[in-house]
Amino acid sequence: MIIPIDLLALFFLVVIALAAITVRDLLAAIVLLSAYSFVIAAVWVEMHAVDVGFTEAAVGAGATTAFMIAALARMKREEKR
Amino acid sequence: MEWLVEEILAKYNYWISIVLMLIGFYAMIAKNNLMKKLIGLNIFQTAIILFFISLSDVSIGGWGGGVTEPIVKGTLPWAAAGHVAEEGVVYANPLPHVLMLTAIVVLAATTAVALALVIRIHEEYGTIEEDEVIEKEREHGV
Repeated sequence: MIIPIDLLALFFLVVIALAAITVRDLLAAIVLLSAYSFVIAAVWVEMHAVDVGFTEAAVGAGATTAFMIAALARMKREEKR
Repeated sequence: MEWLVEEILAKYNYWISIVLMLIGFYAMIAKNNLMKKLIGLNIFQTAIILFFISLSDVSIGGWGGGVTEPIVKGTLPWAAAGHVAEEGVVYANPLPHVLMLTAIVVLAATTAVALALVIRIHEEYGTIEEDEVIEKEREHGV
């Protein structure tokens, strides 16, 4: 574990997670979740878990985002107030 | 008292994992939109995975620097015996890595099934807001 990188990435994780559940536009929320997945994949590579890191980048940030956008294409993009 | 503060600060990974877990939990319970609930579920599970990966990283537990990836160089017949394969090389515990690899795939499958259910709810009720779905159910007396 490299402590400065770790601290910075974990701080960004909390900020991105809060943004993802706060923002009203659902497409923006999904893209923020994808960014969250990429940052946490970087955290795992930096914590010596390379296998978990590249699986998360492929499955979490790639496939899950594609599923969610495909589902969102069938419904309304805005969240109700 | 000082050792307590030091102990808390040294294991900040676990604290941030709990913060992320509660952010996801809040989204799952308090948000009205079904898509937002799913995003909360994703954040919740990634926080748990972060906790396990932090457990496997022995540099948090006091080994200090010099910890490497769990890849054994060369062919060592005694490599499976313990934590230290080569002389003086300490590597992260690979068991939580393997467990969490499964958890990531399970998370993707769970999200896919939940999205199928959300699409079906949208076809039936024309909305993905939880209160509107409950209201329509009351109206039609289901």
